[in-house]
Amino acid sequence: MNKHWVSDKPFNPYATDELTAAQQKYFLASQWTLIWWKFKKHKVAMFCAFLLIAIYLIAAFAEFFAPYSLQHRHTQKIYSPPQEVHFFEDGKLTRPFVYGWSYTLNLEILLREYEEDKSQKYPLKFFCQGDDYQLWGALNASSHLVCVDSPGSLFLLGTDRLGHDMLSRIIYGARISLTIGLIGIILSFTLGLTLGGLAGFYGGWIDSSVQRLTEIIRSFPELPLWMALSALLPLSWSPMWIFFGITLILAMMDWTGLARAVRAKILTLREEDYTSAALLMGATPARVIKKHMLPSFFSHLIASASLSIPAMILGETALSFLGLGLRPPITSWGVLLNEAQNINNVAVYPWLMMPVVPVIIVILAFNFLGDGLRDAADPYTH
Amino acid sequence: MPSYLFKRILTMIPTLIVISILVFVIIQLPPGDYLESHIAELESQGESIDPQQIEFLRHEYGLDKPIWEQYLIWITGFVQGDLGYSFEYNLPVADVIGDKMWLTIIVSFFTILITWLIAFPIGMYSATHPYSWGDYGLTFLGFLGLATPNFLLALIMMYLANQYFGTSIGGLMDSEYIDQPWSWEKFKSVLAHLWIPVLVIGTSGTAGMIRRLRANLLDELRKPYVVTARAKGMGELKLLTKYPLRISLNFFIADIGSLLPSVISGAEVVAVVLSLPTTGPILLAALQSQDMYLAGSFLMFLAILTVFGVLVSDIALAMLDPRIRLQGGIKK
Repeated sequence: MNKHWVSDKPFNPYATDELTAAQQKYFLASQWTLIWWKFKKHKVAMFCAFLLIAIYLIAAFAEFFAPYSLQHRHTQKIYSPPQEVHFFEDGKLTRPFVYGWSYTLNLEILLREYEEDKSQKYPLKFFCQGDDYQLWGALNASSHLVCVDSPGSLFLLGTDRLGHDMLSRIIYGARISLTIGLIGIILSFTLGLTLGGLAGFYGGWIDSSVQRLTEIIRSFPELPLWMALSALLPLSWSPMWIFFGITLILAMMDWTGLARAVRAKILTLREEDYTSAALLMGATPARVIKKHMLPSFFSHLIASASLSIPAMILGETALSFLGLGLRPPITSWGVLLNEAQNINNVAVYPWLMMPVVPVIIVILAFNFLGDGLRDAADPYTH
Repeated sequence: MPSYLFKRILTMIPTLIVISILVFVIIQLPPGDYLESHIAELESQGESIDPQQIEFLRHEYGLDKPIWEQYLIWITGFVQGDLGYSFEYNLPVADVIGDKMWLTIIVSFFTILITWLIAFPIGMYSATHPYSWGDYGLTFLGFLGLATPNFLLALIMMYLANQYFGTSIGGLMDSEYIDQPWSWEKFKSVLAHLWIPVLVIGTSGTAGMIRRLRANLLDELRKPYVVTARAKGMGELKLLTKYPLRISLNFFIADIGSLLPSVISGAEVVAVVLSLPTTGPILLAALQSQDMYLAGSFLMFLAILTVFGVLVSDIALAMLDPRIRLQGGIKK
């Protein structure tokens, strides 16, 4: 008749101190695992990360994803507006197709007027054989994601002045525009980390000269300086050199923000006990910075780097747009937009402005990604 | 305060000197000089040039002197208000720049003003209603503004205006006022045209400002003294305006420094797209044709404008926040 129920399990006086499995997993997780967990919660940033990976993959395999090769000129289809893909025929769902596409010259306004020729039907083919290309300059292939049979044409975003397919050019342009951001950020990251690290660790005259240097560079309006520097690149340089020149110019102006952040962090970390302990034990400054200081703020650096990639992409776009950056035959988004500089052109052929869309999407994605990374960079605060 | 001011102005001088050297090196770097490319151009058109005239020009502009001497001539002239001679326009640089520099300053000034006027209420709303739908919406708008390069925005606006209103929004004044002396009417015409470039240039700055104000104010609102004040029953409005807002105002002022370079950068490209009579198009042309004195004076002016902007923001900040002007005193 006992009214009280007593568990017959052995009594564990330390039960409250013991960790549940979930807690144990959390407490034993490494810093990077914690960052990853926190980042995963940021849905928008996750989405943007996948989007960017997809875009970079498309840029890497541009030859496959572009419906036409870069050299393919449709001389009979100059300034064609975007073609419509049809899914229904006589009210019934069929496989997607386009109609024949031809123009008549309107002599009154001197424009080509394109029209669908409903008697011809070209179904869209996927993983089909189209223009030959060399993937990365090595592999011969001719597979494309999507194309239509020969007399038909597939201009999802129209064609330009020379009859190039705009969509193909945008996809090829992504390769240049996106790598400029990556190479540029690697350069500016190295510069900023080295100079900022030196300034913060050694202080003294190194610190003050680096400080002055960043001050001077920052007090210049960025774009006029870019313009001036890229006007320096000789016209005789090959497109490849111009590309590296522009990347270098963008990186040279960009490292200052990172250098300041690194310097500020190292200045405070230099005073920590573990730093002096490491130094007393005979560790070299390079080792102290690399092993003891960097891990505590490296995640922040990655976050801020991901926020300055878009600035570089924009820089290239702006310079090429003004005609000072990359020039044809290189295809980048800025070069494509250069053709849209003339407002009269744009009014008549509005699809020339299409490269604006990928620029905005990529910049937006990088910004959201950077935002998520910054939130996740410090996993120990809630 | 006077000592702070003095020190601050003193540190500006070496900065300006280094900037001037940098500018000079940049405009000197391309091989050849303007006269050479000018001669080549004339010869390609089949015109002959009097070698004596060339020699005279070369001597007149000191192009035959060593480079450091050219720099000294340029910079002493610059300080004395003689900006050199534009080969392209055949006019003194001062005449070419003329009121274009003023227009650039006006555009930049109004852009910063508008940026504040828009960013301030929005940032405040976002910070006081964090994670609400309004906040998310405004944050997204802010990101969109940040992501859209302003020259593209200018292009889009031009296209839309052309498509739906049938008007051109280029230019900064009605055509009858171009090259007219400044008058009240001209000023009004400029104001009427100003809003499009100002909005276009201001978007990215506004977006950044909103985000920073939101972050700063949010941090401040989470501090214990705010909780205490609320616990004591202080009204929400007074709670906001008494300290948190004033503290986050500081960085608003401090931001002129970082805002100004980006505003000027933006203004240059937007000016090219919208064909504004500001410095943008001329700078672009001068850089492309190696018109060195014109390009150099422009770059120098823009840099000076920025350095002074930073100075103004630093002084305003020191007046607002005693911690800043005392900092120097405690250290030394």
